[in-house]
Amino acid sequence: MAILKQTLDNGLTVLLKESHHAPVTTFWIWYRVGSRNEVPGITGIAHWAEHMLFKGSAAFPKGEIDRQIARNGGVMNGLTWLDFTTFFETLPADRIDLGLRIEADRMVNALFDPQEVALERTVIISERQGAENDPAFLLNEEVVGAAFRVHPYHHETIGDLCDLERIGHADLWRHYQTYYGPDNAIAVAVGDFDAAQMLACITERFGPLPARSAPPPVNRPEPPQRGERRVVLEGPGMTAYLQAAYKAPPAAHPDFFPMAVLSTILTGAGGMNLFAPPPPNRSSRLYRALVETGLAAGVTGSLAPMLDPYLYNIVVIVRAGRSLEEVEAAFEAEMDRILAEPISADELQTAIKQSKAQFAYSSESVTNQGFWLGFSSVVADTDWFELFLDRLAAVTVEEVSRVANSYLSRRNRTVGHYVPLGL
Amino acid sequence: MAASLPSPQTIARTELPNGITLLVYENHNSPSVVIGGSLWAGSLAEAPEQAGLANLTAGMLMRGTTTRTFSQINQALESVGAQLSFRAGVHTVGFGGKALAEDLDLLLDILADCLQHPTFPPDEAERLQGQILTDLQQRAHDTRRMARLTFDALLYPDHPYGRSVQGYEETVSTLVRDDLEGYYRHHYSPEGMIGVVVGAMAAGEVLEKVQARLGGWQAPAATPNRSIPPAVRLNEPRRQAVLVAGKTQSDIVLGWPALARTDPDFIKANLTNTVLGVFGMMGRLGDSLRDQQGLAYYVYSRLEAGLGAGPWLTVAGVNPTNVERTIDGIRHEIRRLRDQPLPAEELADSQSFLTGSMPLRLETNEGVAGILLEMERYGLGLDYLERYADLVNAVTVQDVREMARKYLDPEVYALAIAGP
Repeated sequence: MAILKQTLDNGLTVLLKESHHAPVTTFWIWYRVGSRNEVPGITGIAHWAEHMLFKGSAAFPKGEIDRQIARNGGVMNGLTWLDFTTFFETLPADRIDLGLRIEADRMVNALFDPQEVALERTVIISERQGAENDPAFLLNEEVVGAAFRVHPYHHETIGDLCDLERIGHADLWRHYQTYYGPDNAIAVAVGDFDAAQMLACITERFGPLPARSAPPPVNRPEPPQRGERRVVLEGPGMTAYLQAAYKAPPAAHPDFFPMAVLSTILTGAGGMNLFAPPPPNRSSRLYRALVETGLAAGVTGSLAPMLDPYLYNIVVIVRAGRSLEEVEAAFEAEMDRILAEPISADELQTAIKQSKAQFAYSSESVTNQGFWLGFSSVVADTDWFELFLDRLAAVTVEEVSRVANSYLSRRNRTVGHYVPLGL
Repeated sequence: MAASLPSPQTIARTELPNGITLLVYENHNSPSVVIGGSLWAGSLAEAPEQAGLANLTAGMLMRGTTTRTFSQINQALESVGAQLSFRAGVHTVGFGGKALAEDLDLLLDILADCLQHPTFPPDEAERLQGQILTDLQQRAHDTRRMARLTFDALLYPDHPYGRSVQGYEETVSTLVRDDLEGYYRHHYSPEGMIGVVVGAMAAGEVLEKVQARLGGWQAPAATPNRSIPPAVRLNEPRRQAVLVAGKTQSDIVLGWPALARTDPDFIKANLTNTVLGVFGMMGRLGDSLRDQQGLAYYVYSRLEAGLGAGPWLTVAGVNPTNVERTIDGIRHEIRRLRDQPLPAEELADSQSFLTGSMPLRLETNEGVAGILLEMERYGLGLDYLERYADLVNAVTVQDVREMARKYLDPEVYALAIAGP
């Protein structure tokens, strides 16, 4: 089914895709703002503002959104990441108008009650402290921070504790007034509806909302990396972690697709299900080199499609009784191999088939489809999603070799060690 | 499009002569197929000093058969984007997998091979053991997992539900290859096995494929363990704190022994749990402790009704300085549920959530497979989904109060805290 794309007079982009396999519809609003738009002093504000959109408006007082969605048999949530802030509702198809009403209302009418801001501060600090309990979070924060000196991808979306303690109502309100508006947003619906009718409903709900002035651009590109960076983090536990983060092309760059093939060969096909763990990667090169040899307990890789150049991130859990040095030496040998020898045509075909299967699985859920459609539009365009499999199928063995040599060199990476201090 | 619920008319249920029950549901809307199922080979049958044996045995099924090595199995599945896994629970070992419909033969070939012809290669056993030991090390420094482990042991002392299915460092490290092979020989059997297939494939064809691969399986030396351990009672409050050094957050699990999924109280208790810690943003617990007091990012409740009387528990992750305030807050909500009548509107909200969200649960093949497995495992009947809304809507305000008073006690509970 083709994607219907329209722009309303107030600048709201609308993307619609009919999918009639189940009587369910998902509705998403994507704002082109995330922690990428933050500066030191207010890190974490995009995520905090997202939380405030659940804290009430005149039409939907606090708690009403959760209650009405649940009462109608739906699910909803909000997500903030580096490049975006997004909200969705998935409902039985005949009730999706509730999702449209909620999103049109809170695009402009959220209250940001100062008392609610104060209460939410401790909830968000609690969210950060929960994440800090995980060594993998702590290591990732250090590695990404070292990889980006200038670009705001430098800090985690959750924000730094000092900023979470300091950000005030006025900061949050300014953020809301700057970034939330139809001309900085994308509305996505996927599910059991007639596209023309859905467009009419969206136009009715969102058409009257005024456009805002354009938000300030993000213009602190990361300078080229000129040598390997290393960070060491010590902390509680018995388990060591190795992380290697290579600077990678953004989603819209032609190198992204050969890079996706490389990441599939090295660390397995990325999952496309938002709410499920990634698929097993036990036939991937790094699993075989590190886990099958008994050096590591697990290895994962991720190449996120991003607006600006980001990272191909590899994390290895060192097996009990093995050392970081042994694991890193074996990792190094495997990475040298992919630079020295071309991949086989079989490996390329397998990587393509794996992605095809992940696409098919993810298409069962309208929520997943809405996620990918919106995500693609934020970081590239709808073609990126629609042509994903075609572009992947067009990748050649030679391109993969070239891209490996451009991005997977030592000079282009940041390596992190989590050194456990024992009990 | 009209919602069509899986029903006796659309679910094909077959009992094979060797004891396998197969449920097939056709869904031609997506090019994929999902399989699932279970066998009676869970940790219930292992000796306490061998805790983790069932888990290690299940993990080894895919690590070598008489005709395939571990890496051949991985290569075969992953090269077509298929996946398969086995996981031990207390009562059963579950399996699950998916593939594009065109690769169902391959998926079933490998499933059948792993179930009938595993070889437990010693080098693979050593490797998996090492991975599990690493995971147990991580667990010891994970406040969420330590709170839950401690809670289970506190609520179910000397009872299979109080033991970790993953085992413990001192038990897992003693297991050897022959233990696994022996556990397999004594407990893996087609008798009582359930298999579910959902996807783009004619039901008759699926039956033939499964019959051809698993219909001939016999396991004369095995006695599947289908016993149900006794329910426990909690007569006095129990509390234990575990130190997990160097962490910034504490995790709390507070709960009670409750009921089995087959208990006539289940629908009423599940609705009560929805009110307490699920509805909307985590029910009354989320409303009071997260929204009103700003104490926690997550606080919720869960009713784990299984084959035996599992626990009903509340969970929260909070700053270490807020632990006591959070426990008081949870107990306050329990008292409120027992002492004050539930407003009719709140009952209606939770009822419409439970009934109205069914189309979402049935959207994917995995969702349907999960519900089919539940129907068979707990004998709910193939018409369960057609009756479900009536069952939920029959619950009254008095029922909810009765469930709270019967199962949730604000003074007598088991409480585990893990943190710095």
